[in-house]
Amino acid sequence: MSKKFFLGVDVGSVSTNLVVIDDEDRLVFKKYLRTNGQPIVSLCKGLDNLTGFDKELEISGVGTTGSGRRLASVIVGADIIKNEITAHAVAAQKLMPQVNTIIEIGGQDSKLIILRDGIVYDFAMNTVCAAGTGSFLDRQAERLRIPIEDFGTYALQASAPVRIAGRCAVFAESDMIHKQQTGHGMAEIIAGLCEALARNFLNNLAKGKELKAPIVFQGGVAANIGMVAAFEKALAEKITVLKYYDVMGAYGAALLAKEKVLSSNQKTKFLGLNTSRQEYKTLSIECQDCSNCCEVLKILANGQEIACWGDKCGKWSGSNKKYTQESAS
Amino acid sequence: MKITFPHMGNVYMIAKCLLDEFQLDYVIPPFQSKKTLEIGTRYTPEGACLPLKITVGSLIEAAELGADTALMVGGAGPCRFGYYCRMQQEILNDIGCNMEIITLEAPNGDAWELLRRIKRVTKGMNIPKLIRVLTQITRLSIQIDEIEKICLRNRSYETVKGTTNRIYQEFRVQAFTTAGVKEFKKLIKETRSKLQKVSLNLDQKPLRIGIVGEIYGNIDPYTKMFLEQRLGEMGIYVHRYVTISDWIVEHIIKKELRLPRKKPYAAAARPYLNTMIGGHAQETVGHTVMYAEQDYDGVIQIYPLGCMPEIVAQGILPRVSVDLDIPVLTLIIDEMTGEAGYMTRVEAFIDLLQARRKITLDRSRAV
Repeated sequence: MSKKFFLGVDVGSVSTNLVVIDDEDRLVFKKYLRTNGQPIVSLCKGLDNLTGFDKELEISGVGTTGSGRRLASVIVGADIIKNEITAHAVAAQKLMPQVNTIIEIGGQDSKLIILRDGIVYDFAMNTVCAAGTGSFLDRQAERLRIPIEDFGTYALQASAPVRIAGRCAVFAESDMIHKQQTGHGMAEIIAGLCEALARNFLNNLAKGKELKAPIVFQGGVAANIGMVAAFEKALAEKITVLKYYDVMGAYGAALLAKEKVLSSNQKTKFLGLNTSRQEYKTLSIECQDCSNCCEVLKILANGQEIACWGDKCGKWSGSNKKYTQESAS
Repeated sequence: MKITFPHMGNVYMIAKCLLDEFQLDYVIPPFQSKKTLEIGTRYTPEGACLPLKITVGSLIEAAELGADTALMVGGAGPCRFGYYCRMQQEILNDIGCNMEIITLEAPNGDAWELLRRIKRVTKGMNIPKLIRVLTQITRLSIQIDEIEKICLRNRSYETVKGTTNRIYQEFRVQAFTTAGVKEFKKLIKETRSKLQKVSLNLDQKPLRIGIVGEIYGNIDPYTKMFLEQRLGEMGIYVHRYVTISDWIVEHIIKKELRLPRKKPYAAAARPYLNTMIGGHAQETVGHTVMYAEQDYDGVIQIYPLGCMPEIVAQGILPRVSVDLDIPVLTLIIDEMTGEAGYMTRVEAFIDLLQARRKITLDRSRAV
């Protein structure tokens, strides 16, 4: 029997990640792409990359996660759609079964997942503010004209990090400018920023929670060695960055897809790699039939409607039979 | 005089009955929508809590339909809600909306003032009738909550998902055209029998979640983004102690008449919070303890951003959660709350509860 492969897709605010695992949970393909506000385009690009990697690859199951998980699921045909918290936890546990704490910082959200005895015990996600997430670091790197990849190296060169107000992204930026103008060095400011963000994360998400070792750090921001150092300093614990740290969500989705397909013995709903060749269009309409003014979104593939959502009453998305019959006629 | 009142869950049914019995001219604002919230947000202070924004929006929508007098409840629970009536009046005055707010409360215990206000609304005073109608609508509020309770149970067991919801929505819409206590009783009876006929699969063992938190966000389906319906459709049994009838009976009638009140939550909350600190904080903590004692799988706390009593309760809940081994998810809502992020948290919480239940089951099997 030929080997089985499973695809995991994580469509996030900043990055779109695709991974393929084999039936021994090893990563055979990984692609980290910038979403650039165009999730469908980046997803199709990812699929094209996969075709380029091995077009004969037979995918036996697909899982999607991330804020764009529903959108991704209609494009690729997913066997399982899972929230990113569960996907991240599943992935971290696979690589480090004894893990107790997961710190995840992505493009626009940050999560803290607490595990005990191998199950998710508690979690927290940033609520009203995105200060301290990847997008903010990105913007600061751009402002300082430092490639984001080198951000961490700079931080580690600091002799004494300066204190930056990290509660709010706008104020943090003002504070950084102020510190620059008083003459502090770049390395000290960057190290200070990393510490401020780590502090902000712990104040916002870890309040009243016990962060037990082993602790893992994942998400795009974990690539930043300055942030890793800042968390180690703040928590006085060793922080582990696992090998697939930047695609953990997708890895988790692939693992979940594998479990689902193998346990249910069903054929995959995967639409094939050629699905990226179709021409996708989205159509948003504001329904005016009642005061809810729902923003309805339709997704078209080669002019054919393949999905629709956003309405509260089900009139467009077809969950309400009465309306489906009307629109069909 | 054309009367109106702001929406809060099914309060409109009770208020409508009351006004119909006295044959008064009134208008019910449309169910809250994005438009209601937009209007409310435009005219209220940014830092005000969500219920004020929604109620102001609701009143302005009613004014557009010709209402010139609004009924509000007051209250001396040390929380901002007690000032809503004054705030609403000032805001409406400021924007030149010609509407008078009559607050149905006895200021500083002045019962005569309350009677004078009622007299102004009902145009004349017929005390026996007033007492009779108030008793009837109180009973009605209990029956309406019973309907809600059946719905919560039905949703988690029904064989065809969405059946209960359809009946419930129909009920809410029909209530708009039902006049008077007698007609209402009939509608409730019909709805109840429809709900009882829904085919259920009672062999399932659904997850059980208790809802706690600030009263407006707890009772009003729009404010909590239809959380109960959504959980129900995911096959989860939802329970909530905070209801309209409980509020009317315990917080209005018994309080004003100085009758002894039932407070099981106060005893339950005692080890963590031994006094009333305003709003529903004591209820939130107490009910969480009660759910843990009844072996619920988890608790969801919902409150509008900036709700002080609930912030205090949120600080206490992690302790309760560890002591009594019950997972708690806190959802904070405001006008910016994106639905996607909200549902991500709920879905992850359900995954967590399911995994916990599986482990407990495996352990009990091993023993």
